[in-house]
Amino acid sequence: MASAGLDPLSGPFANVGEQGLAEFRFTVDAINKRGGVLGGRKLEVIGFDNKVSPQESLNQLKRVIDQDIRYITQGNSSAVAGALIEAVNRHNERNPGKEILYLNYAAVDPAFTNDKCSFWHFRFDANADMKMESLTTWMAGQKNIKKVYLLNQDYSFGHAVKKAARELLARKRPDIQIVGDDLHPLGKVSDFAPYVAKIKASGADGVITGNWGNDMSLLVKAGREAGLDVIWYTYYAGGLGTPTAMGEAAAGKVKIIAEYHSNVANNKAAKWDADYRKQAPKGNPDFYFLRGKIMWDMFAKALNQAKSADAKAVALALEGMKHEGELGEVEMRKSDHQLIQPLYIMTLVKSAAKGGPKEAKIDLEGSGLAPVTEARLEAYTSAQPTSCAMKRP
Amino acid sequence: MEFFLVQTLNGISYGLLLFMLSSGLTLVFSLMGVLNFAHASFYMLGAYFAFQVSAKIGFWPALVAAPLLVGAIGMLVERWGLRQVHKHGHVAELLFTFGLAYLIEEAVHLIWGRSAVEYRVPAELDGPLFRIIGSQYPIYRGFMMLVSVTVLVTIWLALTRTRIGLVIQAALTHPQTVEALGHNVPRVFMLVFGGGCALAGLAGVIGGNAFVTEPGMAAAVGPIIFVIVVVGGMGSLAGAFVASLLIGCMQTFAVSLDWSLAGIKISQVAPVLPYLLMVLLLIFRPKGLMGTREG
Amino acid sequence: MTYQPLNLGRWIIWGGAALLFAAAPHLFPGGFALTMLTQMGVMILFALSYNMLLGQGGMLSFGHAVYSGLGAYVTVHALNQIGAGTFYLPVPLLPLVGGIAGLAFGLLFGYVTTKRAGTTFALISLGIGEMVFACVLMFPGFFGGEAGISTNRMVGQPFLGLTFGPGIQVYYLVALWCFLGMAGMFALTQTPLGRMANAVRDNPERAEFVGYNTRHVRFLQLVLSSFFAGVSGALSCINFEIVSAENVSAIRSGGVLLATFIGGVPFFFGPVIGAIVFVFFIVALSGFTKAWLLYLGLFFVLIVVYAPGGIASLILMQFPVIRAGRWRELALPYALAALAGLVALAGLIGLVEMVYRLSDQGVSTVLQLLGMSFDARSAPPWIAFGAILAAGLASLRAAARRVGERWGAIQLELQAQAAA
Repeated sequence: MASAGLDPLSGPFANVGEQGLAEFRFTVDAINKRGGVLGGRKLEVIGFDNKVSPQESLNQLKRVIDQDIRYITQGNSSAVAGALIEAVNRHNERNPGKEILYLNYAAVDPAFTNDKCSFWHFRFDANADMKMESLTTWMAGQKNIKKVYLLNQDYSFGHAVKKAARELLARKRPDIQIVGDDLHPLGKVSDFAPYVAKIKASGADGVITGNWGNDMSLLVKAGREAGLDVIWYTYYAGGLGTPTAMGEAAAGKVKIIAEYHSNVANNKAAKWDADYRKQAPKGNPDFYFLRGKIMWDMFAKALNQAKSADAKAVALALEGMKHEGELGEVEMRKSDHQLIQPLYIMTLVKSAAKGGPKEAKIDLEGSGLAPVTEARLEAYTSAQPTSCAMKRP
Repeated sequence: MEFFLVQTLNGISYGLLLFMLSSGLTLVFSLMGVLNFAHASFYMLGAYFAFQVSAKIGFWPALVAAPLLVGAIGMLVERWGLRQVHKHGHVAELLFTFGLAYLIEEAVHLIWGRSAVEYRVPAELDGPLFRIIGSQYPIYRGFMMLVSVTVLVTIWLALTRTRIGLVIQAALTHPQTVEALGHNVPRVFMLVFGGGCALAGLAGVIGGNAFVTEPGMAAAVGPIIFVIVVVGGMGSLAGAFVASLLIGCMQTFAVSLDWSLAGIKISQVAPVLPYLLMVLLLIFRPKGLMGTREG
Repeated sequence: MTYQPLNLGRWIIWGGAALLFAAAPHLFPGGFALTMLTQMGVMILFALSYNMLLGQGGMLSFGHAVYSGLGAYVTVHALNQIGAGTFYLPVPLLPLVGGIAGLAFGLLFGYVTTKRAGTTFALISLGIGEMVFACVLMFPGFFGGEAGISTNRMVGQPFLGLTFGPGIQVYYLVALWCFLGMAGMFALTQTPLGRMANAVRDNPERAEFVGYNTRHVRFLQLVLSSFFAGVSGALSCINFEIVSAENVSAIRSGGVLLATFIGGVPFFFGPVIGAIVFVFFIVALSGFTKAWLLYLGLFFVLIVVYAPGGIASLILMQFPVIRAGRWRELALPYALAALAGLVALAGLIGLVEMVYRLSDQGVSTVLQLLGMSFDARSAPPWIAFGAILAAGLASLRAAARRVGERWGAIQLELQAQAAA
């Protein structure tokens, strides 16, 4: 039973797409070894290169449809995800009986499980607002935070982070002063020194940013050079070359909100993580997407429960499903198809090998920076009400 | 006040780096009439070579070796590529370098992968240069300025005080005469092209670790240096210098000011400002700041 | 009035083109082929409009996607408004909306860009392109930010029973507009403006002396070209049902330049060939190999160096020889050269694919090629492919020399005959 993974496999973000695919294949192999789905059928993930372009994704979607594949998964870029949701809706409306199901593992624009929610879309990552909800819940208890600065990329996701941060901080810690709020163009800034000078002048003790990729690493690097002493509250400082670029000087300064890291306590995925590392592609050893494993496990379960490979039946089995995840129970909420799962705030510190704390066993990308848990936020902390009015077929 | 000073220094150091890039481009353009579209790709190559060399033997050898390597590649490109297309005219030459930019980017993907490589500022240049009240200014920024200024003064002296410099200057305006006087003009072209590439490579060596060394760095900086060449006036070195500093400072200060217009902050539009400047200049002064010719 | 004989050849070519458009989906059945054909249609129109600048007007633009992209944005809003019931326009007429929008932006930006010619024009078009791209992300209200704006082409009443839901209907819509656009652009080359554009390209000073304002001619040519670019943008909007920042990006602008040049700038039909090849590279080849961008770049550089007239010039070069009935003499040298080329290509592909196998961590290092498998971590395949490439290149060189000699001899004889 084939599923299509639509992600960048060439161009500047190819490493991101490859990482996801490699982890998915590892998971799917394990499911097949357990006996597959629907009484012995094997799962398979076929990569389709969407070049992180919304248009090219629709092109590849046509290809997927031509090959009679009914399940797609995608994660990189909310722009692509938005286009795919609309395209899948249109396709399913125009081609009854040949429906397609879309499993989203990383595109976190809150709209997909709110205003733009779709019966055919399931999200296994906590959305941007949920992550901010958890992050601010934790920040509320940190009395030494007095002044924060918001710096985000000027596009839908950056706007979502900025808006959520403002609203939630005002509610949970009205005494925290927001001393600056800037949007910068996405991926166009090579010199962050001016921004850093501005943050410095504002007297902020923390910076909240949804930046990813180079925008993240350049920012932290420029901050280090100018001697900016702040804590970075981030979404995506944990992978894709960012730890490498930041270097050990970032130790203790960077917080990340995510559903998993390798040094988490009581990690039932520890053996899984280690096994993955043993066979992982060279240069990309980290196990990153626990939610990817959860996604495939739940998908396989849904297939077996539905006793059919029909997308609609599987979707009905998947919504509302509860699953014992490696780090606690998760639930695919029926009302908006959003997975509700526990989240972690982690701090990047020097790895144990470099003289850091002993729980910092496994570092990121061999950078000498390793994540340690700052706080675990149970699933209910991030669960937010939804404005989704799901149209069911 | 110290905020203003730090921002000015940031602007100047960025502007000087831009000038190191645009000076090579301008020299090649004014001498050969070729707009090297792959110029920013040579900047990228410089950074990657420096990363490789400094990982093996250290930053200081890399500072010398990487630009030389890039320059050598530039000369090879001129000798075996550009010279072949020269007969088809300037458009073909431009397109050749355009295709070359694609190839260099793919080659970089192949050899060094698609994400950023760990090219760091050397330990001896890592740290604050001076402190003004609360702000500190990194040594490396100072080092970047020092290198840029040194190189620029050297070029200026070489162009005005040495024999080969005089030949180059003469070949700029009167290639046939220079040829008739027994100088090997194609070889001069090759040297200048290689020299321009080496300058870009050097900019890559000092820019690659100050910012980030990754396959997208060429595409990020490319359009800006073309704007500088237009704004400064096609083929004018002095114009490129003024334009580089102007754009460097402009982008820095756009970020630091909190002015806003119609709900959009000026810091949000900072990257568009160079292009706006270019459009305005074309409407009011089509020659560019210091250009002498139109067309 | 001049005497104009009925140009039979021209009728045959245009009739053949129309027939090909009509028959293509039947010649290449299947959903994916249809997708590709539709995209080729859009790209053909876009490349032809680009060639109005580069080929006919001598203006090398690095920002042509601005016009098609903005045309597409206006179209997508129009389509959504039709969907919302604000006004009614049949879907087949939407490309006109895109065209007019493209034209309007052509008037606006063209005023600035056409102030200068040559290299400066190229740089300004690049700057304008970057500026528009940055603005698209800056004003998400109109442009929808990164995600762009999605739409649904099945709006309003079916037009003549067509809903434009199925891909085949969209293909024929694209084909029709592509054909109309081709005819329109060809007709333009025959007008005084088209001729003046050629003159301004070839010798601006003389054009000025004759009394034409060269800037004015460039401006007009650009505005008309942006109309057709806008039409192609509208068609891509109808096809994909989404318009995003990518539509105005430098990648698109660079792509159309590549496509046009590969096809052949000096010939009207050149860009058509180029568009077909280009879409094939991007859509089909990228499904087979990750190195498609490298192959495309190499192909482009080879064309620039060895055949600046593009594929079209290589084809047209053969006609005089065929007409003189001497192609048999070239058949053997050509076959040998093709064989040598294939050998070199095989060696190159082997090497490139192995390099990709080594550098990409996600895939195994074992390369499957022609039913054989090679491990990129062992030395023998490298030596083998290297040797194949070297042998191929050496024999290609020899074969090319032979072709050149034979070709030169035939040309000399033909010229002598013509003179006699």
